[in-house]
Amino acid sequence: MPLEAHIKEHPAYFHRFDALWTPSVLILDPNGKERHRIEGYLPVDEFRAQLEMGLARVAFMSKNFADAERRYAAVLDRFGNTKAAPEALYWKGVSHYKATNDHTVLGELPELFRQKYPDSEWAMKTVAWEH
Amino acid sequence: MKVHWMKDADAALAEAKTNKKPLLIDFSAAPA
Repeated sequence: MPLEAHIKEHPAYFHRFDALWTPSVLILDPNGKERHRIEGYLPVDEFRAQLEMGLARVAFMSKNFADAERRYAAVLDRFGNTKAAPEALYWKGVSHYKATNDHTVLGELPELFRQKYPDSEWAMKTVAWEH
Repeated sequence: MKVHWMKDADAALAEAKTNKKPLLIDFSAAPA
């Protein structure tokens, strides 16, 4: 569901939703709670990946973990070369764990990060799960 | 695909809640 907020038409919306810069894109959950924010211009694939990350976050925070995992997997499949991909890999694993209670997936993440995104900050966050 | 952009935040929030759909808000200052 898309809402357009142009500064000349709806300046009050900028204050209401704490938007201080354009372009900004916010993704809110169905209850109106902000779940993701994109500030500044991005290349098309980076932007599309961020939109999908936002929808994945909405699913995750709604505890729809299977849907979240599917959406994070979609980011990896379609936008695996974007800056969003390492974060998607991390949260895909966490979503799988939350959906199934199978912790083995977390233990596999450090090696996956070494292979795919070794320099990512998200790689650091998986080190504690090393076997 | 044609996107139908809403202009009223309260209406958009209400519709999102009713339909259990996320809401995307695009803040722009670009010339129309």
